[in-house]
Amino acid sequence: MTDKIAFDLVSPERLLLSEEAEMVTVPGTEGDMGVMAGHMPLISTLRQGVIDVKGGTNGDERFYVIGGFVEISPNKLTVLAEEAVPVAELDAAALDQRIKSAEEDLSLAKSDSERAKAQETLDYVRGLRSAL
Amino acid sequence: MASLKSLRNRIASVKATRKITKAQQMVAASKFRRALDAAMAARPYAEKMGAVITSLAGGLKDNPGAPTLLRGTGKADRHLLIVATADRGLCGGFNTNIVRLARLKIEELTASGKKVAILCVGRKGRDQLKRQYGPLIVDTIEFTAIKRIGFVNAQTIGKRVLQMFDEGDFDVATIIYSRFKSIISQIPTAQQLIPAPIGQTSNKADGLVYEYEPDEIEILADLLPRNVSVQIFHALLENVAGEFGAKMTAMDGATRNAGEVIDKLTLVYNRTRQAQITKELIEIISGAEAL
Repeated sequence: MTDKIAFDLVSPERLLLSEEAEMVTVPGTEGDMGVMAGHMPLISTLRQGVIDVKGGTNGDERFYVIGGFVEISPNKLTVLAEEAVPVAELDAAALDQRIKSAEEDLSLAKSDSERAKAQETLDYVRGLRSAL
Repeated sequence: MASLKSLRNRIASVKATRKITKAQQMVAASKFRRALDAAMAARPYAEKMGAVITSLAGGLKDNPGAPTLLRGTGKADRHLLIVATADRGLCGGFNTNIVRLARLKIEELTASGKKVAILCVGRKGRDQLKRQYGPLIVDTIEFTAIKRIGFVNAQTIGKRVLQMFDEGDFDVATIIYSRFKSIISQIPTAQQLIPAPIGQTSNKADGLVYEYEPDEIEILADLLPRNVSVQIFHALLENVAGEFGAKMTAMDGATRNAGEVIDKLTLVYNRTRQAQITKELIEIISGAEAL
């Protein structure tokens, strides 16, 4: 049995998760990092991607996160994500539907700002889809 | 002296008012609880963010490569004031207090020859500032349609502010909101957003030396814009909690006042009624005696 690391997942609105886990994989800007107890102290920014929790209190869990940063100390890992969605809550069919409507919005967009907005939504939904 | 009928009417109308204020107070109380929970739940993120930025920025303050959000534009001629108030009234001096501070700030800045622009968040603030400073108001953002303020709403404002900053519309941004101290005490506060104010570098208790990935400047460049939204979000939540706190107190006072008025009116009503009965009796008795 390995030592566990305390893992906090925090969004601007609330503390989403606080538990102990054996290993957490975090999508850092410069590559994914598997964090276990005794990791060296590190602060890194995050890119869009999936946080993979192994051996947590509630078993294995996956979260899709967008932007934010991570602070690692030997016995504690804190992820501050701007948005975080449990992958288990995502539904492939519903997402495909949203991708479709986002693509339509993009093709119908008239002004630059509208187009940028539609593109943003599309990227967001596509990101969610890719997490599955 | 007022007639009995008009007294009865007044008592009835004050009673109706009391019912309304009582209901308002109870609604505010339940909303207040929720707002307070939201404000509490948002605290860990803001604190962590603040701590990391402080520890990062301490060493980079004078570095020419540091982002302008940290260093500032090197001038302080044009100011953006974000005045965050509530969308609704009936909450005592809550909005007025915020606006008063804003006014003071505007006067102070214009007196020293600076240019001021105002971004209103919340309808009440705009209403109160419009007459005097109408031309200075660049925009108003309202949340009347939104039940619960989410981070997305703060992000919209944050993006707007950053866009204006990038376009060079202002040098310094300050947000004016009400800091929530307790139900009966909200303190209007002006907090500087841009350039990011750096507090004393706190000595880390755990004494850890962090590695940074990518390097410090890049992390800062990523975090500072986020921090603007986070700070705005924090201010908005405090505001909401304060608004409902103030509303509770105000409505509680109004309910009690209405009760007092009812007591007084009932007394007058009873006296008048008694006086009328006595008068009628005297008329009958003296009439009988005259026979």
